[in-house]
Amino acid sequence: MSEAGWETVIGLEIHAQLATRSKIFSGSATAYGAPPNEQADLVDLGYPGTLPVLNAEAVRMAVKFGLAIGATVAPTSVFARKNYFYPDLPKGYQISQYELPIVARGALEIVLDDGSRKRVGITRAHLEEDAGKSLHEGLGSLTGIDLNRAGTPLIEIVSEPDLRSAKEAVAYLKKVHTLVRYLEICDGNMQEGSFRCDANVSVRRRGTERLGTRAEIKNLNSFRFVEKAIHYEVDRQIDLLEGGGKVVQETRLYDPDKGETRSMRSKEEANDYRYFPDPDLLPVALSSALIEEVRKSLPELPDEKAARLSSQYGLSAYDAGVLSASRELADFYEAVVRGAPKDPKLAANWVMGELAAALNRDSLEISASRLTAAQLAGLLQRLLDATVSGKIAKEVFEGMWSSGRDADAIIEERGLKQITDSGAIERAIDAVMAANPGQLAEYRSGKDKLFGFFVGQVMKATQGKANPAQLNELLKRKLAP
Amino acid sequence: MSLHRRSLAQLATGLRKKEFSSVELTRALIDRIEQAQPGLNAFITVTGVSALAEAAAADRELQAGRGGPLTGLPLAHKDIFCTEGVRTSCGSRMLDNFVAPYDATVVTKLKAAGTVMLGKTNMDEFAMGSSNETSYYGPVKNPWNPGLVPGGSSGGSAAAVAARLVPAATATDTGGSIRQPAALCGITGLKPTYGRVSRYGMIAFASSLDQGGVLTGSAHDAALLLGVIAGFDPRDSTSVEREVPDYVAALERPVRGLKIGLVKEFFEKGLEAETERRIRDALAHFTRLGATLTEVSLPNLALSVPAYYVVAPAECSSNLARFDGVRFGYRCREPRDLTDLYCRSRGEGFGAEVKRRIMTGTYVLSAGYYDAYYLKAQQVRRLITDDFARAFAQVDVLMGPTTPTPAFALGAKTSDPITMYLNDIYTIGANLAGLPALSIPCGFVEELPVGLQLIGPHFGEEVLLGAAHAYQRETDWHTRVPVTYE
Amino acid sequence: MKREQIESIAHLARLELKEAEVCAYQESLTKILDFVGELERANTQGVAPMAHPLAGLTQRLRPDNVTESDQHERYQVNAPRVEAGLYLVPKVIE
Repeated sequence: MSEAGWETVIGLEIHAQLATRSKIFSGSATAYGAPPNEQADLVDLGYPGTLPVLNAEAVRMAVKFGLAIGATVAPTSVFARKNYFYPDLPKGYQISQYELPIVARGALEIVLDDGSRKRVGITRAHLEEDAGKSLHEGLGSLTGIDLNRAGTPLIEIVSEPDLRSAKEAVAYLKKVHTLVRYLEICDGNMQEGSFRCDANVSVRRRGTERLGTRAEIKNLNSFRFVEKAIHYEVDRQIDLLEGGGKVVQETRLYDPDKGETRSMRSKEEANDYRYFPDPDLLPVALSSALIEEVRKSLPELPDEKAARLSSQYGLSAYDAGVLSASRELADFYEAVVRGAPKDPKLAANWVMGELAAALNRDSLEISASRLTAAQLAGLLQRLLDATVSGKIAKEVFEGMWSSGRDADAIIEERGLKQITDSGAIERAIDAVMAANPGQLAEYRSGKDKLFGFFVGQVMKATQGKANPAQLNELLKRKLAP
Repeated sequence: MSLHRRSLAQLATGLRKKEFSSVELTRALIDRIEQAQPGLNAFITVTGVSALAEAAAADRELQAGRGGPLTGLPLAHKDIFCTEGVRTSCGSRMLDNFVAPYDATVVTKLKAAGTVMLGKTNMDEFAMGSSNETSYYGPVKNPWNPGLVPGGSSGGSAAAVAARLVPAATATDTGGSIRQPAALCGITGLKPTYGRVSRYGMIAFASSLDQGGVLTGSAHDAALLLGVIAGFDPRDSTSVEREVPDYVAALERPVRGLKIGLVKEFFEKGLEAETERRIRDALAHFTRLGATLTEVSLPNLALSVPAYYVVAPAECSSNLARFDGVRFGYRCREPRDLTDLYCRSRGEGFGAEVKRRIMTGTYVLSAGYYDAYYLKAQQVRRLITDDFARAFAQVDVLMGPTTPTPAFALGAKTSDPITMYLNDIYTIGANLAGLPALSIPCGFVEELPVGLQLIGPHFGEEVLLGAAHAYQRETDWHTRVPVTYE
Repeated sequence: MKREQIESIAHLARLELKEAEVCAYQESLTKILDFVGELERANTQGVAPMAHPLAGLTQRLRPDNVTESDQHERYQVNAPRVEAGLYLVPKVIE
């Protein structure tokens, strides 16, 4: 099973649910989690005589996406019917786009592990409606169909087969995930299925131009699964080919429990979708005025934001990248800096460090942070003005996090103010020196390492509140023989 | 004059003058319907009870001095229009048990205007046919001769109006399904411009060709109804945002100076001699009224039938995919698995002509054939549309026969699909181009009615109705009733 | 038309094909396709296909508002098989 000599080629198809209030072709709600079929109206159910009417916001969101990836937004695009039979597809066809999609040819840049950048082409992005859901559990020999999801607007984003490893694929996927959330066109909730990915994977001998036969792995709904599924599939294909076999063009599913992909036998009869322009919908015309209006409404995009954070606040590219992973996080960071402008790097460390750890621990998103940016800034001010030391600040943070109160309140309440009165520190040093004559003698006779012991003792005696810098200076003086 | 012989306009006057009530009128017509049903089979569902309730409500409105021009007037709906709470079968076993949960826009509008629905009329299954012989509920007979077909697919509506069971009925026209039955039954049938009338709630056959319209006893009645059903509907993306003119006022347009185009290709072989004579007589009448006749050509007309029989089946094969036994409609017994559920529900629920068109449509859309058939047909469609546009640059309206012959015998053409398809040769072009068209009675051949077709430019309904009205003011073909139904 | 073609079309269209019907379809479809094959004669070089009779009109956009409420009980009266709000079909194996 050697990967040397083999090149992996991956293309990703991402289906992102657009965050509109109503469905793409009907006025039903799109909210997640409603009881079965309570959000499926006559149009969604494909009742005879019903007709689709296009949601303006879905169009705007698609245009936003197209502009954000530098793609051409088609001035005219056409909806087409993709015809096939499946119980979660009420009309027996899906309204999608085929020959004339709303967005054509764009690209995204990803950053690889080694810090290098790679351009990934996006062939097209188009609008379509989502299908319903099939439930197989608890119904015996039957399957239950819930059509709440049928008609939810999707944008399907098709990448060029430019990705060469599972890691690149995940980096690209994350980039698109961040982007759609920045644009506020998709909530990116992979558990709820609002951001799904199919991976087209093939291998070829290094140096060949022709693409190998690809397998399509469907419905991967976590970054981890994408990576694992691709690894498994690449190994599977290489093993197959090295053993003299052939890769079959087919659809496969990833089984996370077994960690393997397997063929989806039923869906794989040659599906002739018989695409043709949907006669119930007219061509969608986008004026340059509308496109300009959407362009003006674009927020600062992730790459732009990272570059700006880096130059404006002197952050490393890596740190800027981490902080711009979401608009909310970047906004939070900048608000902290506004409250404690003297040291943006300090702010970055705390946001990426203590804050991130606390959010992770409590499984919270930044928007649900138990501290406001102003509050965190307040704490950093106390650090910067030496009211507390770095170590104490962490304790204060924990207190703030659990109570939601300001830094000053916690510091006051717990008496955590740093001791900066030299007299007091000296008295503490004197007491420690007096209590530890042996170590004092050893230190004075050359055991420098014991300096740390004395620092520790004084800190203990002052409950950690002695100003470290002052303590160091005074201790050095006093301990000197 | 007995109630059932009166036009909508006359009935409206009678109701307002309190000569009779809507309830009396409704009762009288329901009786006629029930008596005629065994012989004619024009109805699939008769809504006697609700009709009387609607009529009573209309009478209250009229008593209180409220109501509009159509309040209390009875009519029937082709069973292709969804009617809330009432079975809507589309002439098919597939929807035999289907009670629509909503009203089609056409139905809503006519209800709001105060009309009273007497029932749902019989039709070719899923609107596919030209003789009303493919209905799950049995064929409809021609009131002029029960051994003959009434035409299709709106055969039930046409027979009901021709037999004066109702003064008017809604209908749909995809390849001639309003005009051809109007011609074979000796009544007036109007297919509006594509997009003029909402398709919401009108069960789809071929979405880019279907249009809802009316079958009535006169152009005046058609104008009355068109004014109500026409108009933009936000629920139908293909309905056009365009003001609805006063079609009744437009009836008085003079014929003097009207430029009538005679389509050369309409008068070629295939048109039966006596039928042609009636048409020529009617044209002569128009000339006497001051119109001029000019020969025009639609050189691609011959391709309209093949083009139609690619486009319509293609669209229908997709439109009918929703009938799968899952959420509504017919489901086969004890399906073994999903495929069996689909195949047997559809195999048993659909009749032979419908299945044939689904098969044809599936084929012409399939990989490798799309370009040769579907794409080609849509290109030919444009050629035909351009032909019409060129003709309308020279003339105001086209006139000619609606059908090549009068009504034919039941069973005469059912063995060969192509023979049936050729019935539509004069009507199909207007559907492909989306043009408005009208058929009015203009004489008899061996006691069977002959229809004159008028085709107008887009949104030219006023020209059509005006010309037809002028003709009907001076002739009485449209007032003739089959002896059995006098 | 060959038998396999008829079978494949019938499967794509999910129509049960009885033995007797195969021949009938072969015959009628062959006839129909011959008939529509006339279209080949037309010179359509450079002619744009026409999907709608409404030349030049474009799709209307609807404002993004929720206008429908839960009516599933009313709608499911029509359903052949429903349980706990779900439409039931024979089990689908994926």
